[in-house]
Amino acid sequence: MSDKPAAAEHGRSRAVAQVLLSNEFGLAALIVLAVIIFSIMLPGFTSPFSLFTLSRQIGIDTMIGLAMMAAIVTGGLDLSVGAIGACAAMFFGFLLERLGLPLITAGPLALMFGSLLGGINGSVVVRSGVHSFIITLASMSIFFGVMVFLTKAEAFNGLPSEVTAFGRMKLVGPVSVLLVTTLVVSAGLLILYRLTSLGREMLAVGANARAAELSGVPVGRTIIACHMLTGALAALAGLMLTARTGAAVPSMAGHLGQDWLLPAFLAPVLGGTLLTGGRLSVIGTLLGATFVAVITSGLLLMRVSEFWVQAFLGFLLLFAVLIDKARHTLLRQRGMV
Amino acid sequence: MKQSQFWFRLLNNDWAGPALISILAVVVISILQPSFLSPFNILVLLSAIAVNMVIALGQLVIIGVGQMNLALGTLGGLVGVCFVGAIEVLGLPVPVAIILGLTLGVLAGMANGYIIARTGISAFIITLASLQIFKGINLGITKAQPFYGVPDIVKQFGNTAVLGPIPWLLVPMAIAAVGLWYLFRRLRIGRCILALGGNRQAAELSGIDMVGTVIWAHALSGLLAATAGMMLVARLQIGQPTIGDDWLISSFAAPVIGGAVLSGGHVSVAGTFFGVVIIAIITQSLVLFSIDPFAVQIVLGGLILWAVGINRLREWRLTKMAAQGA
Repeated sequence: MSDKPAAAEHGRSRAVAQVLLSNEFGLAALIVLAVIIFSIMLPGFTSPFSLFTLSRQIGIDTMIGLAMMAAIVTGGLDLSVGAIGACAAMFFGFLLERLGLPLITAGPLALMFGSLLGGINGSVVVRSGVHSFIITLASMSIFFGVMVFLTKAEAFNGLPSEVTAFGRMKLVGPVSVLLVTTLVVSAGLLILYRLTSLGREMLAVGANARAAELSGVPVGRTIIACHMLTGALAALAGLMLTARTGAAVPSMAGHLGQDWLLPAFLAPVLGGTLLTGGRLSVIGTLLGATFVAVITSGLLLMRVSEFWVQAFLGFLLLFAVLIDKARHTLLRQRGMV
Repeated sequence: MKQSQFWFRLLNNDWAGPALISILAVVVISILQPSFLSPFNILVLLSAIAVNMVIALGQLVIIGVGQMNLALGTLGGLVGVCFVGAIEVLGLPVPVAIILGLTLGVLAGMANGYIIARTGISAFIITLASLQIFKGINLGITKAQPFYGVPDIVKQFGNTAVLGPIPWLLVPMAIAAVGLWYLFRRLRIGRCILALGGNRQAAELSGIDMVGTVIWAHALSGLLAATAGMMLVARLQIGQPTIGDDWLISSFAAPVIGGAVLSGGHVSVAGTFFGVVIIAIITQSLVLFSIDPFAVQIVLGGLILWAVGINRLREWRLTKMAAQGA
């Protein structure tokens, strides 16, 4: 009996320690620190234009990270996010420019197209039992190849002016509507993973597929659903990028969409999503992308060459996983996990 | 019984299928397009095969140990650029620059291997980080502009023949391929790599040094990436910063077509060679029949899926036959 207050005390300090040691808290602290330092050092950092650009960047990078996160949760991954994003954006451009569809139908159709491509990935992974790395490696090549083949690598430049207007739109001061879109989607994902049975099943399958199967979760269908979600989110990121550029460009995600790979993994990994599956953090991904965008924007304002920033981001990913590893070891030693 | 033994052994050969397909493809294409067998075309084809084989071998070593190396291409590109940069800017003689390039490749590979083995973090994420680091350094050095100062001797090496239609580039490829074949067959380190890839727990229990083996495998992969990067410089006659950007897909496609098991422990140098040959023939014939070169991306992706399917089918048949006591 006398143990009870001590146990409660212990429990409370444990909870406090877990909050303090959580990725979200660490990231939030780093973001605040970086913002303070940059705004003192660089007067241009807090200009409305800079903040607007920053919020657009955060919106797009978070969306790319969320797309990958939805696939990582199964314990797999999706190398084809960039290819899907580019394909969906080109499909969007095709629907608007060639078929003359209104925005209100073209947007949802492009998202459905993205989730269809994701669904193809998912069902091949499930049917073949081969790791998603090699399947999506093949599909990124196929999706991108077919897209370039069909579009002849030409951009859709004549999009309706509403698309560009959307990319320039501001809500609440200098905040881009793209970031607001991302926040709304993040809230939706939070509800999905916290409150719905489908989201619960996605986490369960990722944590332990056998156990999930034994407790009656349709594992195959759940994995396909995860990949469809990845496809839809990647497509949305592609559309957002199209709105920013004002045109649907085949090379928007680099050769085969490879340029999206780093932001796609950086944000979730910084945010504490487990690469082995079963654990994710929507808010962590949002904070991870925010941190990266703030650092990148600060470095570029300091006139660091864009190329060295790329190398820096690679080091950042390396440090993030190393620190994460050290944190886990520390927590395990103290018996907190 | 005898016949089933025969089939079992033929199926057991990783290179039999790809070799058959290569021969068939050569016959069909040379009938449709006789210029395919012109000495010049063969020279071009063999040059492409030589470079791509070294690239594929760089990935094959890592597949053998049950991992993946995403940074292969950007390391090759970085070494290629540094190689030309060392000659043009620092004025080093060619042999010194080659040694410098190879050392850079080995050290970068060892760094990858060390971090992966020591931390136990997945090779995917570590090599994704180093991919970005190598690319950033490459672009930071070159400012995305190529180095043009490739010496004539290097250019000649990349574009002339030893004998008939056999290019000089085939020499480093042959050394790498035979060396790797010998390594996997006879050397302790090669057996350790495959043992670790095949069954990590069993390998560790039997006293294999996990950390050392992984570091060696990545060092070897770095060496091959560096070699391929410099071979490509010789072939392109220019220190292009974009070297290596498109290695990712083909570096996996060739070993997988050659029957490598992606979870590790089972690789085939000969199979990989025929995998490279098939890819090169397809790429060449797309040019010969003037089809959109981007179709090669579709074909490569399709080939990976097809090969993965075939490998699984073969695994399944082999286990079935083994269960029957063949």
